[in-house]
Amino acid sequence: MSGLKMPEPQAATLFRRAEIVADMRIIVPGEGVVDSEEGMRVFESDGLTAYRQLPLVVVLPETVAQVSRILKYCHDRNIRVVPRGSGTSLSGGALPLKDAVLLVMSRFNRILEIDYANRVVVAQPGVTNLGITHAVEHQGFYYAPDPSSQIACSIGGNVAENSGGVHCLKYGLTANNVLGIEMVLMTGEVIRLGGKHLDAEGYDLLGLMTGSEGLLGVVTEVTVRILKKPETARALLIGFPTSEQGGQCVADIIGAGIIPGGMEMMDRPAIHAAEAFVQVGYPLDVEALLIVELDGPMAEVDHLIERVSEIATQNGCTTSRISTSDAERLAFWAGRKAAFPAVGRISPDYYCMDGTIPRKELPRVLAGMRELSEKYGLGVANVFHAGDGNLHPLILYDANKPGDLDKAEAFGSDILRLCVKVGGVLTGEHGVGVEKRDLMSEMFDESDLNQQIRVKCAFDPNHLLNPGKVFPQLHRCAELGRMHVHRGQVPFPELERF
Amino acid sequence: MAETQLFTPTTPEEVLETVRWAVAEETPLEIVGQRSKRSIGRPVEANHLLDLSKLTGITLYEPEELVLSARAGTPISEIEALLAANNQQFAFEPMDYGPLLGTEAGRGTIGGTLNANLSGPRRLKAGAARDHILGISAVSGRGETFKSGGRVVKNVTGYDLSKGLAGSWGTLSVVTDVTFKVLPAPETEKTLLLNGLDDHQAAEAMAEAMGSSAEVSGAAHLPEGVIAKFLDRALVGGPKTALRIEGVAPSVEYRVDHLTRLLRSHGVGDVLEAEQSCALWREIRDCHPFCDGTPSPVWRVSVAPMMGPRLVDTFRRAAGANAYYDWQGGLIWMRMESDPEAEVLRKLITHFGGGHATLVRAPESLRRQVDVFHPQPAPLAALSARLKEQFDPRNILNPGRMIQPASPTT
Repeated sequence: MSGLKMPEPQAATLFRRAEIVADMRIIVPGEGVVDSEEGMRVFESDGLTAYRQLPLVVVLPETVAQVSRILKYCHDRNIRVVPRGSGTSLSGGALPLKDAVLLVMSRFNRILEIDYANRVVVAQPGVTNLGITHAVEHQGFYYAPDPSSQIACSIGGNVAENSGGVHCLKYGLTANNVLGIEMVLMTGEVIRLGGKHLDAEGYDLLGLMTGSEGLLGVVTEVTVRILKKPETARALLIGFPTSEQGGQCVADIIGAGIIPGGMEMMDRPAIHAAEAFVQVGYPLDVEALLIVELDGPMAEVDHLIERVSEIATQNGCTTSRISTSDAERLAFWAGRKAAFPAVGRISPDYYCMDGTIPRKELPRVLAGMRELSEKYGLGVANVFHAGDGNLHPLILYDANKPGDLDKAEAFGSDILRLCVKVGGVLTGEHGVGVEKRDLMSEMFDESDLNQQIRVKCAFDPNHLLNPGKVFPQLHRCAELGRMHVHRGQVPFPELERF
Repeated sequence: MAETQLFTPTTPEEVLETVRWAVAEETPLEIVGQRSKRSIGRPVEANHLLDLSKLTGITLYEPEELVLSARAGTPISEIEALLAANNQQFAFEPMDYGPLLGTEAGRGTIGGTLNANLSGPRRLKAGAARDHILGISAVSGRGETFKSGGRVVKNVTGYDLSKGLAGSWGTLSVVTDVTFKVLPAPETEKTLLLNGLDDHQAAEAMAEAMGSSAEVSGAAHLPEGVIAKFLDRALVGGPKTALRIEGVAPSVEYRVDHLTRLLRSHGVGDVLEAEQSCALWREIRDCHPFCDGTPSPVWRVSVAPMMGPRLVDTFRRAAGANAYYDWQGGLIWMRMESDPEAEVLRKLITHFGGGHATLVRAPESLRRQVDVFHPQPAPLAALSARLKEQFDPRNILNPGRMIQPASPTT
């Protein structure tokens, strides 16, 4: 991936840079256009910091009309555009291009409406994920999807990436919690999909937009469902001598009809790193540590937590603690939440992967990872959203050691291939971006990818929005439109007709 | 004109072969399963029938993994029976259109469930079919096979074409295989009834219930005009507002108590035990009051919950209609006395903050004249047309079902 190939910059655009900057200043007056190298430096990468590129120019519009005019301007002149929210993408979804306008949506930072009776919040796309919860929590409400970057990531970016979090199995991903959006097409046309009502009419364009990684349109308003906070939450901290037992415990909990609010697993290296960092009393003599959180009405949580505890015992757990206070529950989580920085303490650098697997394949995948770890000579620590099968291996490497980054990336790619091989997928919540772009063919054949690109063609036929992301090769729409027709016999003619 | 043909493929390969033939002949296909929803939409302008009812079989079911895959023509009844035997279910509670449309109950296929994006009363808490589909295989109108998604819940790899096909009524692709998320069925349920509320008071009470921590999984209001149709006339004494609580027994008890206290000022009445509760919600789900054996126009209207009663009130100043509410007031089932009054209704939906109205039942002649699906603003309609073009450039899949074709097909 270090040899990442991005689309060839368009010379005509680079040549006209001064003119484009001046025109952008007319569309967005004031301080909304940044063209100095120094000013643009802060936008040169997103959360995937291995890749950096200065954009053509940075534009920070404030109104929908400005977004529409910028896109129409670029559309008419064949100029590429890369949309960006808060820039927390871990897959390079907002990586700038040398010849593209970087359209930064962070000034769209207002909550437009809070409607408790209909249980929705209408927000501009630059509002942070946590900002929505903060706006309604005094009434006991919250917004359910909680990606770990929630303090910084924007709700518009959440729509683009279909962000998840630790509560997905019970509460769904972004796609299940967004009711409507307003968006601007590359042509500058403004459309609305859905709203405060359920099920958008016609084709499910909202479903296609969610998780489309900024390749189909620019979101300018989001309507999300808010929920009443669960009455209570309690957690169990359970240690197992083997990851197989931990995995079986997860299967048995779900098999018993229990859907926990959160269910997280850590392997031995992750447990040790976390405990060394936050000292919350994690057992150090176990191979797998499971945190199971049950939330809901008091009577239900008290009832179910006993059943989970029994299931853990039946699966041979060696330690099991039930939280008796909110402080204790949060302490159980403290290590898990600090897992990434904790791993950062034991290794100069780490590379976070994001595959999803069928839960039952966990032992096989962990074993495969141990082999790969030996092959590449790099350590790996695992945190696992056990409830929904989303695995986050953290590959330990040292960027200052020549060749280490390449090795880490090759290791990561092999892990993702393994995920696909056991029936899983390349990315559970971080997105394809540039990071997994060239692995797409591990999961999809040409025909699958072509049909996805045809969706792109319906929205943006000239491939001006966020090119170089998601698809290994973006075929021209005219080429994809050609039909290869084979005239033949009437199929299975022996069958009945009328 | 070519002889009219019926194709009943039993494998995805035969589906592909059939679509390729139709592409080559430039002749449209009407795609059907068990034909339980065939009369929804504009009449399809096609000579030939692609019948998927023999493309059947559950190909994967792993209860602990909460996942089930099946061929598109598999009867929904067969799948629901298997899930029930494992104490699981489709949480989106797919409705059965059969009785409303004058066909048998209990029919329909899993492919139709996705293509119609079915849901039920639990929609407001658990989502619709679109929220539970994990992956598909399909044949596009180009005569090409493609797949999307996978078998895991958390997946953002590439565009979500599975969701894109939800609610497309067979006009984008012929789905051959589906993979759905399944969930544990609740151990038990109860329904709290509120007595004597008018539509507006009911909307307030339902909003309060849905905004509580009681985790209500169904909120419907049954006005005076329909109440006798439910539970074989067992609900008497004026309108009823129904709130469903599901879960493990101690939790259900606890939450019914909680709700009863919370809604004391809203005319709290009886509590229905599991069996009656289950029967009531099935009738609410399947539009039982309007299953009258007639083709009189029935609308399915989706608006913001608090707007439901206001919309109905205003509409009644223009035309007569019988109506009841699901989804906290946001889903209105309306039976018209005669004319569907599409224009009046759709203007009011815009006036009351947006939403959509689908004419789910009407005689064929009416379905030719009136837009069955909610018309879209020009840029959105153009985008939808471009999407259709990308999946089905020759317009051979269910032409005319969702929108009137721009030019007449041959």
